Amino acid sequence: MTESNPLETDRTPGLKRVVIETLTRVEGHGKVTLLLDEDGHVRQARLHIVEFRGFEKFVQGRPYWEVPVMVQRLCGICPVSHHLAASKAMDQVIGAKALTATAEKVRRLMHYGQILQSHALHFFHLSSPDLLFGFDSDVARRNIVGIAAAHPELARRGVLLRKFGQEIIRVTAGKRIHGTGSVPGGVNRSVPLAERKALRAESGRMIEWCRDAVQLVRRLFEQNLAEYRDFGSFPSHSLCMVRGDGAMDLYDGGLRARLADGSTLFDHADYSTYWKHILEDVKPWSYMKFPFLLALGAEDGWYRVGPLTRVTGCDFIPSPLAEQERREFLAFDDGSAARATLGFHWARMIEMLHAAEVIEALLEDEDVSGDDLMARGERQRRGVGVIEAPRGTLIHHYRVDERDQVVRANLVVSTTHNNEPMNRAIRSVARRYLDGRTLTEGLLNHIEVAVRAFDPCLSCATHALGKMPLAVELRDADGALLHSLRSGRA
Amino acid sequence: MIAPIVVFAIGNPSRGDDAIGPVLAERLEAEALPGIEVVVDFQLQIEHALDLEGRRLAVFVDAAVDAAPPYELRRVRPRRDRSHSSHALSPAAVLETYERCTGRAPPQAWVLAVRGDHFELGSGLSAAARANVEAAWSRLETLGRPSAAPSPGAR
Repeated sequence: MTESNPLETDRTPGLKRVVIETLTRVEGHGKVTLLLDEDGHVRQARLHIVEFRGFEKFVQGRPYWEVPVMVQRLCGICPVSHHLAASKAMDQVIGAKALTATAEKVRRLMHYGQILQSHALHFFHLSSPDLLFGFDSDVARRNIVGIAAAHPELARRGVLLRKFGQEIIRVTAGKRIHGTGSVPGGVNRSVPLAERKALRAESGRMIEWCRDAVQLVRRLFEQNLAEYRDFGSFPSHSLCMVRGDGAMDLYDGGLRARLADGSTLFDHADYSTYWKHILEDVKPWSYMKFPFLLALGAEDGWYRVGPLTRVTGCDFIPSPLAEQERREFLAFDDGSAARATLGFHWARMIEMLHAAEVIEALLEDEDVSGDDLMARGERQRRGVGVIEAPRGTLIHHYRVDERDQVVRANLVVSTTHNNEPMNRAIRSVARRYLDGRTLTEGLLNHIEVAVRAFDPCLSCATHALGKMPLAVELRDADGALLHSLRSGRA
Repeated sequence: MIAPIVVFAIGNPSRGDDAIGPVLAERLEAEALPGIEVVVDFQLQIEHALDLEGRRLAVFVDAAVDAAPPYELRRVRPRRDRSHSSHALSPAAVLETYERCTGRAPPQAWVLAVRGDHFELGSGLSAAARANVEAAWSRLETLGRPSAAPSPGAR
């Protein structure tokens, strides 16, 4: 495609490579390579994540109606997002231009349940240990167990928020995992009244806990402002989906791209032809794709997606408590939190609160228990489904032949959109904390904190017991091992 | 009525030997053994701690790359987990989460770690994994017997 970034192809003699290989319990793993110069300064950062390229072949030849169920096997973390994005694509394939009220609301309920449980997992399990214990703390404390020991009520709330989101998914998708509720053209079930009532009885408490979580992140920013404001931060373009009136909408809408200076590149773009606005670049050193905004070109068109871009990119959030929090977030310290990489955490909690409010409203809506479930139309050969998944914009694109078989599939997942921003964040952090000679636990912690703000999903591949969670190697330009560091067994 | 035994079967059925857990779960569910509840998921998460409530015994069935074939049966106890960069918890961390959230000791727990080697998307169980599953099944099905409690030497 276009010329590669010189930082990515630098072969200057004397450069050293620092390799940080993360072998988590999941088979899909991340590896960080830092390219140093002779003075020990970081010239380049690359995050390598094993991606599910094989999936696009996996789905070829399958009948289109199987796809919304099959795609859930991509990921144990966000199967519902793939389920719904594929369903939306197949809605187009069967020509269902508008779903029934019941179908759309049941899907929305399912989706916001997924948002809530995923954000709860990320905050209470993955990120709050970093934030509450500090980036330099003992790794054994920086996990859910450490949180539980020091903050038992917080840990309990995290578990119960997750459980509540899972229950929303169960009653809408039919099963706790691998549900079949969403089908091309609609849904195959609505939510029984008794289930709605039982969940509605809990929703008020969930909203209160979400409000508390937002306040907790705010307090952390207030207490650590100097560090949080700049940590791994950099200016960036952004992409998100918004409703027709500019409101946050995580289920459906048009694409909006904002430039780093806050101006709008395009707005309410029809995602059915996303390729008019977004192209995917490839790099010689990675299997991952690098999407970019077409109008800006591959070199400058990289952008980020996810909670931070959605909260800052929408005109308002259509639920009162979350909207109030959005306003306070944007105003905080002259907007510094809204520009910070660690602002992802604050934005994520605002979205979790919004999800809880949406869920409560939908549980009050009689349409969710209706019996008009399916829509149909004129059969099409192509379908594109886009959804704002917990980690960001998720694109599913399929071509289906006259025998109803999928002949082509293209998926652009949130972690892929955030490829280059994560590299930038790592480079920013590494330049500040790497001394050029020795890998330290502290450096690894800081890099992990930067990456974790984006919540990249490494779980799209398989997992198995016995993987090492973290291995680090420092090598010179000739590949000789200078130093290695490996954390304990998972 | 809460079943006294919970079996967590972990794995992605579309990823080669990672299907070991789900395959064993399917057989266990088909047997409909009294007193056993089977929980199948891609990976363990914090909410699985809630599935430990009221149990006498918990068994985690999973593919393992570091187990001696055909399987290893390991006692697992609550432990602070170091898989902080992962979205998945270890069985020990699930037990610890339960302990910390409830203030009570979790049930006795074991890991049935069945050897797996190949995890490609779209592939089925390897021949070696199928043999390992058969061996593991003979151990797993004894769970339904009265007062069943695994012991590591019972392979």
